[in-house]
Amino acid sequence: MLSRVAECIYWMSRQVERAENLARFLEVTYEFTLDQPENLVNPWEALVRVTADEAYFKARYGQPTDANVGRFLAFDEGYSNSMLSSLRMARENARSVRESLSSEVFEQVNEFYHRVQDAAAQESLQSPNDFLNEVRLLAIQWSGVLDSTMPQDDGWHFFNIGRMLERADKTSRILDVKYFNLLPVVSDVGTAVDDLQWAALLKAISGIEAYRRKYRVLRIPDVVRFFLFDETFPRSVIHCVQSAFWSVRKIHESADLPPGDTHARLKTLCHRLAHTSAEEVIAGNMHGAIDRLQTELNQLGDAISLDFFHRDMAEARSSVSAS
Amino acid sequence: MRCKVMKSQSQQSTQVSSVPSANEQVGVPSMSPSSDSVPQAAVLLSEYQTDQFYDELVESNGHARPDARALLDLINRLPPGELMRRQKSIEQSLYRMGITFTVYSDQQGTEKIMPFDVVPRIVNELTWQHIEVGLKQRIHALNLFLDDIYNEQRILRDGVVPRELIETAGTLLPACNGLKPPRAVWSHVTGTDLVRDATGAMLVLEDNLRCPSGVSYVLQNRMVMKRNFPQVFAASRVRPVNGYADQMYKMLCAMAPKPDDHPTVVVLTPGVYNSAYYEHSFLAQQMGVELVEGRDLLVDDKDNVRMRTTSGLRKVDVIYRRIDDIFMDPEAFRKDSMLGVPGLMRAYRAGNVALANAPGTGIADDKVIYAYVPEIVRYYLKEDIRLPNVETFVCLRDSDRKYVLANLDKLVVKAANESGGYGMLIGPASTKLEQEEFARAIQANPRNYIAQPTLALSRVPTMVDGKLEGRHVDLRPYILSSAPDDAWVLPGGLTRVALRKGSLVVNSSQGGGSKDTWVVAQPGGERSGLQD
Repeated sequence: MLSRVAECIYWMSRQVERAENLARFLEVTYEFTLDQPENLVNPWEALVRVTADEAYFKARYGQPTDANVGRFLAFDEGYSNSMLSSLRMARENARSVRESLSSEVFEQVNEFYHRVQDAAAQESLQSPNDFLNEVRLLAIQWSGVLDSTMPQDDGWHFFNIGRMLERADKTSRILDVKYFNLLPVVSDVGTAVDDLQWAALLKAISGIEAYRRKYRVLRIPDVVRFFLFDETFPRSVIHCVQSAFWSVRKIHESADLPPGDTHARLKTLCHRLAHTSAEEVIAGNMHGAIDRLQTELNQLGDAISLDFFHRDMAEARSSVSAS
Repeated sequence: MRCKVMKSQSQQSTQVSSVPSANEQVGVPSMSPSSDSVPQAAVLLSEYQTDQFYDELVESNGHARPDARALLDLINRLPPGELMRRQKSIEQSLYRMGITFTVYSDQQGTEKIMPFDVVPRIVNELTWQHIEVGLKQRIHALNLFLDDIYNEQRILRDGVVPRELIETAGTLLPACNGLKPPRAVWSHVTGTDLVRDATGAMLVLEDNLRCPSGVSYVLQNRMVMKRNFPQVFAASRVRPVNGYADQMYKMLCAMAPKPDDHPTVVVLTPGVYNSAYYEHSFLAQQMGVELVEGRDLLVDDKDNVRMRTTSGLRKVDVIYRRIDDIFMDPEAFRKDSMLGVPGLMRAYRAGNVALANAPGTGIADDKVIYAYVPEIVRYYLKEDIRLPNVETFVCLRDSDRKYVLANLDKLVVKAANESGGYGMLIGPASTKLEQEEFARAIQANPRNYIAQPTLALSRVPTMVDGKLEGRHVDLRPYILSSAPDDAWVLPGGLTRVALRKGSLVVNSSQGGGSKDTWVVAQPGGERSGLQD
């Protein structure tokens, strides 16, 4: 398929997944504020640190509050990673490769964008929870429409790679939210508040029920294991990385291309994730481990770009280094 | 003139909903013009006036034309407000499908749909036969003309078309001299604008041989109309339009350098910011081919066109290009074009890729050359023209110019190379000042102007503020040519309607909208099914 089309599909997929995850971040933070009436940590500040550009936020909004962080992450058109900006770009990308999508896919992203834009036009949201819930449903619909109306060809695999890499990154950051909220109040560990916060995190990745069935009680190592290493759960980091790896292999097969940098990096990452335990992550430094994972995911993004979207650039680069 | 069409029908139905119901199942009603019973609810058409114009649906005595009976009967049986509701519902689906353009002046990036009117235009079977035969004849002659102009120029030597006209035309492309496109087709896709005058005569208003747009609206308008008026379609025996993409794909494949070899066909677009981008994308999707931009293509050292794919470069055989000639190849034409493909003309001249339409076709839809089309038809085909032109005064001719300058307040004056309703003077609606400006422009450059009488264009009932009023229309059918004498005409076309009261300008850039166009099938002929 055309490199430009593959790239647009990949980004479109990342952008919709990003918008969806912002809704999840906001939901979990609202829950934190409800569960924790006397805030020792401002969870909204923590959220800005985990998800976004802190300097930009401070300059524009000042002190983080539920209202301004909500508006910033959901609707700020000046911030390119807000929900509305992401959806606008996703829709532009969809529009520019519309001929390669089913009409249902285009209509779904078109509707998704218009709904969020309509919400943005309102003075203040009557019920943030209803809105966030709607966003989550629209995103799940989007995923369903894509999976049930698109052939699983190269285009679909690029879609899948985008969605999975974005999701792996965001799942790890949701886990990081807890780290930022936890820091100054070590005495809370193991208390009711702590349990409620872990539960909120699990809800944010739609995993609370699956977790309960598997482990029943909330234990930190089990929660970390579930987030990072549960191969059966569709939002866990290892599941996402394995799924992306599968799609990369499929693309190589169908295009008859020799495995490149992307393939090698994904293989290494899958292997490492499969051979690390939650206990090791906690005993080391969990935030550091998550940080490292995010760096690797970013490098993967660059590798994909050179391997599939800008092959001529990659070839030029290798001929320069060879000479 | 009161329209009596509904009076013979009982008004029992008040339950018609958007869900197709039995109530909507109407046969062709028996007309009894003598019946004078007044309808219970004075709806829509009861107050409809045809005035002094030819109306496409309603006869001058107020009765429905035979092929419009089923439709008008349905409209009259709809409960008050229902037609408006369906109009809104159609607009909503067009919006949902993203068939929109952006209003750039607006910070919010507001998007609007092309205005669409719910009442279709109906063309009866005989009229359509006449149109189809006429269009095939015309495009046959124009393709022969193009081949002659860029090669032997017999028609100039024989003095049928003045050499001066050709040589001063801005659309003549010397880079095409000596070119022999595959199967001698230059204009593969043609959109010819037709109008109807007060007597009902069908006339050609202009030829569009470059990148005529609008066919996607024909197909989409039909789709939304079928969803909203399912039964009346069957009753009206409407011919299907959904074969267009197939026909186009076959035609394009036939142009390939090696047609038997599963050629790679692509649609070339200037990109997502082009106003017709939706159409480019739609056609690529319907044909199942790649939509490419200039940056996706390159011409290699063997003059082959290749596209950049995730698995490397792949050869392209046929390009349906929607980029203007001069932007197509910065190597051959405008150096500053960022949209084109350097070397494309080289590849084309080498016969390694087919282009549809061929570059250089603009010479044949120059508005002054248009005036010579009847002679062009006679010259190449030894036949009289079947679909006549609108009477046209060529300002280059002394006597014509004198007449035009003396009658600017009555005529429509057009510049040779403008489109979209620009560069035009509509005499009766113009000020003295505007007339003087045009008079100066004509005297300074007579070759650049033609004039035509102001036509009383035909009208079709159109929704205006919840009521039906007559609005002027034109019709653009689409013709696909696989060889000069092998053309296929899409049974339908784009009916553009001037939504402003009294306006004759149908261009979407100037307050025009569109309507679905129903061509009636012959008895037993192919009809539009709801699944199409």
